[in-house]
Amino acid sequence: MNITIHLNGQTLERNILPGTTLFDFLRNEGCMSVKCGCDTANCGLCTVLLEGKSVLSCSVLAARANGKHVRTLEGLQQEAEEFGAYLAGEGGDQCGFCNPGFIMNVIAMCGELKNPTEADVKTYLAGNLCRCTGFASQTRAILRYLKDKEAQRDVQR
Amino acid sequence: MSSVNTSVRKKDAVALVTGKPVYTGDIAPKDCLIVKLLRSPHAHAEILSIDPSKAEKLPGVVCVLTHKDMPHTRFTLAGQTFPEPSPYDRLILENRVRFVGDPVAIVAAEREEIAQKALKLIRVHYKPLPFNLDPEKALDNPAVVHPEADWKGEAWIQGDPSRNLCASGHEEYGDMAAAEARCAHVVERVYHTLSNQQAMTEPFTAFCQMDCFGRLNVVSSTQIPFHVRRILARALEIPAARIRVSKPRIGGGFGAKQTAVMEMYPAVVTLKTGRPAKLTFTRHECQTCSSPRHEMVIRVRLGADASGVIRFVEMHTLSNTGAFGEHGPTTVGLSGEKSISLYRHLDAFRFDFHVVYTNTMSAGAYRGYGAPQGLFALESAVDELASLLGMDPMALRLANITQEGAFMPSYNHGSTNTSCALDACIRRAAELFAWKDKPSRRVLPNGHIRGKGMALAMQGSGIAGIDVANATVKLDENGYINLMIGATDMGTGCDTILSQIAADCLGVDVECVYVSPVDTDFSPYDCGSYASSTTYVTGMAVVRACQALLTKIQDAGAHMLGCPAQRAVLEGGRVSDDETGKSVSLEEIGKAGAGGALYDLQATGSRMSEISPPPFMAGMAEVDIDPETGEITVPQYVAAVDCGTVINPMLARVQVEGGIVQGIGMALTENVSYAPNGSVRSNSFLQYKIPTRMDVGEIQVAFESSYEQEGPFGAKSIGEIVISTPAPAIANAVFAATGLRFCRLPIRPCDIAMGILQDARK
Repeated sequence: MNITIHLNGQTLERNILPGTTLFDFLRNEGCMSVKCGCDTANCGLCTVLLEGKSVLSCSVLAARANGKHVRTLEGLQQEAEEFGAYLAGEGGDQCGFCNPGFIMNVIAMCGELKNPTEADVKTYLAGNLCRCTGFASQTRAILRYLKDKEAQRDVQR
Repeated sequence: MSSVNTSVRKKDAVALVTGKPVYTGDIAPKDCLIVKLLRSPHAHAEILSIDPSKAEKLPGVVCVLTHKDMPHTRFTLAGQTFPEPSPYDRLILENRVRFVGDPVAIVAAEREEIAQKALKLIRVHYKPLPFNLDPEKALDNPAVVHPEADWKGEAWIQGDPSRNLCASGHEEYGDMAAAEARCAHVVERVYHTLSNQQAMTEPFTAFCQMDCFGRLNVVSSTQIPFHVRRILARALEIPAARIRVSKPRIGGGFGAKQTAVMEMYPAVVTLKTGRPAKLTFTRHECQTCSSPRHEMVIRVRLGADASGVIRFVEMHTLSNTGAFGEHGPTTVGLSGEKSISLYRHLDAFRFDFHVVYTNTMSAGAYRGYGAPQGLFALESAVDELASLLGMDPMALRLANITQEGAFMPSYNHGSTNTSCALDACIRRAAELFAWKDKPSRRVLPNGHIRGKGMALAMQGSGIAGIDVANATVKLDENGYINLMIGATDMGTGCDTILSQIAADCLGVDVECVYVSPVDTDFSPYDCGSYASSTTYVTGMAVVRACQALLTKIQDAGAHMLGCPAQRAVLEGGRVSDDETGKSVSLEEIGKAGAGGALYDLQATGSRMSEISPPPFMAGMAEVDIDPETGEITVPQYVAAVDCGTVINPMLARVQVEGGIVQGIGMALTENVSYAPNGSVRSNSFLQYKIPTRMDVGEIQVAFESSYEQEGPFGAKSIGEIVISTPAPAIANAVFAATGLRFCRLPIRPCDIAMGILQDARK
């Protein structure tokens, strides 16, 4: 079948097998930041933005993204680097394999939640597994990032 | 300009957080054949016949390989220094399968879905054989896992495959009977830890291709590139010189990738077809056919005199190595050595073990390597002893723990404790936890019960007298320092930590040091990153290499300045003449060395340590239990660690936090479980529950550093010890809260709820 997907600002017209997952489609298009960690839709590594909302690309058919906007970390390099500096500043990057999916969801969270508490953050990101860090450094990074962003907004006001 | 003991960010951080293609699966050539494995549905069977012809005819299938196509030299997949203690007990494929999931055939196809389809077209006729999953029934079981005549193990491991015995051993010190006679209280218990998966997020992945010299190039997510080369050479019956192994970024290992679990399958395909081939395990395969922790059944006896001095410890460990013996003979030793050695007043100890084969997946190396199992047993038993004595568990430990200068008869066949701040760790943890102010048990207004518990741990730093690391440093032609190591950064940050060490040795900024990734063709030999060796062993190799390079740089600088070598001093990136104050920069020296002068600006340092100085740790847990449902959480965990000098406090802290959470998983939820037919039930993250961020309470980490003379800048190790305290500390806290003593992991809510109910009925 033929589909059109707006991927990271580029419009792609592709002929795909109907059963192709968005995950396989994206990897095939060279979006190597999208990782597979579980096959059962509960690790969060393959998180991407579909029309601005975070989805698990392993559980979305590419056909469902027909005519829609998809963003991977390849298309959010500046945001990734900005938050990533906080993550690395806490040593929370570690092996890095879960970083892209996790950071995608952090970006989605920042767009969705206003002034989230620590509990809100944990709940929002509950589906993003990490085996290296024990999560504490990730939480510290997010809270610092949110605080600094808030301070920047205050200055701008 | 010191960078040791500062929180330097990981050198690969920007690439990792921006999702750059840096992992094995990201850099594999697009035209790789996709390799898939047909796996046994039987726990034990003989393959009477196998017919690949239908699969071979499927368009897009390039080859289907069976045991008939394989070499006949037995080998082990354990990544250990040669000669491996693990027995040579496997072939790539053979006509016998020993666990559900044991490979039967290798398929290579142009695309994944074709390979999947081909698997279904292979006709196999099995003769099912009797099987055994239970380690306690393994010894002399009529279901013999390894009846083959060519099983080969080193004599000292004392294996006897006809009895399902992979290895056995015995160690004893002092007069056990006399020691026991001095004891007023004796505790005897059997503890049982089940198998755990490392569950690193990056699945096992490797790809292979032939280069222009006809050499097999293997790119793998492995902790042990040099061992992989040697293992593959034996398994494939080709000279090691024809194999090159490299590793890109690794998405976590925790020991899983200290076993060459799957490199041989794409390797054999590339050798047969000449084409690039790639294999990535599914998570299902990672959960069912990999290299998890050894299940152990540990009988502990220990006794104390009336004043609370622990006089003897006796441990017997039964370890389940599964269908193959990878790491079987060696993990078991740590269950005794790394627990008994915590206590210094022992008149006597005895440690015996059996390592048995069963028809479960082969176990392997997982963070702690036998120590977490032994520490769960002994640290639970010490708590029981404290309650018999009517003593505070902390006071009992403080009165008995090892200390700097103490002789440890059970450690490395008898050795002296060279650096130890365990008492300071306990006191610091107690202060942060408010141990003295917290009651052992309290009931909250919502009916939940809180309890507190503690445990101690120790590990090693490298394998004494065996494992070797080399490091090469060079001053490049632009004045930068190139560090070449064979140790594999699997996310823990060793590329950065070793750069910090090099930077301080040479007096340059850490930004001036760059690290080359591991490649068996270009990197100096290193046994790999395992056994808590990287900072301590490879770190010292880096120190030695830098010392040698420093002399060479100063000699070159002196030559350029026209002064005697002893007047030349390297400081702040410049070599200066002590007397005249004239100086040349590293850049000038590097450039001169690249043209116009004959300077050797490269040096290699080697390291093998005759001792393995243990890091120490104290962990304290508070548990919260809902007595109606048995639901248990850990709202607070405090840990204090003595890893010697902390090279990078930020990365060390994350090691501790991550290890504790893995330990909490081991204590409460993680369990490789089998159905009666031998298939793994915990075959995905839906069944095998690793902790999520919702399951983690407050974790406080502190460091109390001793100074280890043999370590780089006084450092020991951190990577493994951090997983060991949660299981016993939580079990002890559950006991304090409920009076229920759990001797089997994981401690499940249903067991707590049932235990509370049964107690109420009494």
